Parts: sequence; C-alpha cells; structure tokens
Amino acid sequence: MGAPLDGSAPVDYIALTRDRYDALGYPPYQWVALPEPPPWTPLSRPLNESTVALVGSGGAYREGQTAFHWKDDTGVRRIPSADPATDIRVTHFAYDLEPAREDPNIVFPVDRLRELVDEGVLGGLASTALGCMGGIYSVRRATEELAPAIVAEVTAMDVDLALLVPV
Amino acid sequence: MGLVARALEAAGVPTLCLTSAYSITASVNPPRAAFSDLPLGHTVGRPHEPEFQRDLLRRAFRAAEAMDEPGTIAPTGVAWDVNGSWKRRATPTGVETEAAESKSGARSDTRNERVDIPQYQYESDRLAAESGA
Repeated sequence: MGAPLDGSAPVDYIALTRDRYDALGYPPYQWVALPEPPPWTPLSRPLNESTVALVGSGGAYREGQTAFHWKDDTGVRRIPSADPATDIRVTHFAYDLEPAREDPNIVFPVDRLRELVDEGVLGGLASTALGCMGGIYSVRRATEELAPAIVAEVTAMDVDLALLVPV
Repeated sequence: MGLVARALEAAGVPTLCLTSAYSITASVNPPRAAFSDLPLGHTVGRPHEPEFQRDLLRRAFRAAEAMDEPGTIAPTGVAWDVNGSWKRRATPTGVETEAAESKSGARSDTRNERVDIPQYQYESDRLAAESGA
C-alpha cells in the first residue's frame, strides 16, 4: 500500500509502516501531525551572503565522541564543520546505515556545504554542525528536550539559515 | 525534524528541511522543505557522488529562496533513477534486496532493537570516546 503503483509517486512511508505494524501485530505507530500553519521567519539576506548551520538527525557523531544510543537519545553532538566527513560516524536504529557509513555526506553533508561556500552558492558555514537522533518516539521528549537544545545551540551561532537533514 | 524546524523558526531562525519521505514531512508540516525522490537513508543523494549531492543542495537552496508560504514542500527534481523501480522494494528503513524481499515479504521488522547504551560504528570509536572522557 505504501509502495506506489508507478515509479513517479513518492513512497508513502506512513502507509508502509502502518502495513508492517499490522502484519507484525503491533499497535499503530503514532506519527506527529501538525496541521496548523508553521511559524515563519523570512530569510534576511540572499543565500550567497548567508551563513548556514547544518543540523542532521541521522545519528552523526565525530570519532572520539560518545555515540548515540537507540532508545530516545535526545543528546546533541557538536561536530566541527571544517573536519572532513571521513571523521564522522553514524548510528541509528531506523535506517540502513551501510550507505551513510560509506559516505556520511549523504546524511550529514559537511564536505558538500564547504564546497558550496567555495563556489559562492552560500556565504558561509557555521563552524559547528550538530548531530542528533531522529526517531525519538516520545513527542514530549523531542519537544521538551531535543528541540530546545538545538534552538539554544543554533541561536548562539548567529546564523542566517539552519539546514535540517533528517533521514 | 518538523518539531525542531518549528522551534527554530519560532526563535527567529529561518530553516530549510531536506526530505525524501514526503508523507512524513507533509504530516509534521515544517516551514520550508525540499523533497528529493530518493531511498530512505540517502537524503542528500548517492554515496561518493559529490556532484549529485551538490546539485541536490543547490536546487534545494534555490527553492528555499523562492518560498514565501509557510508549509511549502518544493520538489528539487532530483530522483534516484528514471523509473523509480527501487520503490517496489522500499521498506520503512531503506530498500530490501530482491532476495530478502522474496524471503520475508512484508512481515519482517527491519528496524534494529532500541537499546539504551551507546551504539558505536567501530569498536575503536568506543575506545577513543572512553579514553577521552
């Protein structure tokens, strides 16, 4: 049901997960639904003059840091964005890690963002990128712990845009 | 990430969410999102294809500059392949191999167990983290 009949429509992961849970006899997964219009802050300057902060929820940490655990870990890892992606490790319970371990840029694109700064597409990259875990099953803990921690880190960076990369 | 995007935006920081899971992003409804039609676990593209990844990012940033309505999900136009045949084998965690598909059908739970101790990529990472602590 989640898999589309033709190749052009996106995969419906909500339907796909519901079907799997049904088949396994699990109660349905409770997806967050936020139909009310989201808050909005306009871009203050063109992107080629903007400093961008990278926040990735694919479970990225840097070699030498404590890895995330897989049960509602609401911690945040500060990763120097000047370091090559080969220093970055990834850990997560909910997606196939093999491709991202081969090239962390596909979930945490630090190398690519530095290159876009060199190209002049972006004005700059915040010196610290943030790694965290998606798939926090507790909406309360995501709202009360993870989101405020990231807001505190990013607002202290004085950036013009946060690029959020989920998996 | 929708919750984080909303919190940042409420705190005065503009955000752009990349996504390859359209229905999940539509449900959490972040302020700005750019959708690429890629398998889960490849939000920025194919491993070791830097120009593919840069192209996706350039398109996403260009789309973000043009957005003026909260809750926009703009397509980047980036896709894994022309016919999307991988989607038949899509699971909630990635893409099954043909062999796994015929063996397990839709019945297997492809997630890992949610253990509450750090899960290192390499044993050497654990040693490095514990000696540095």
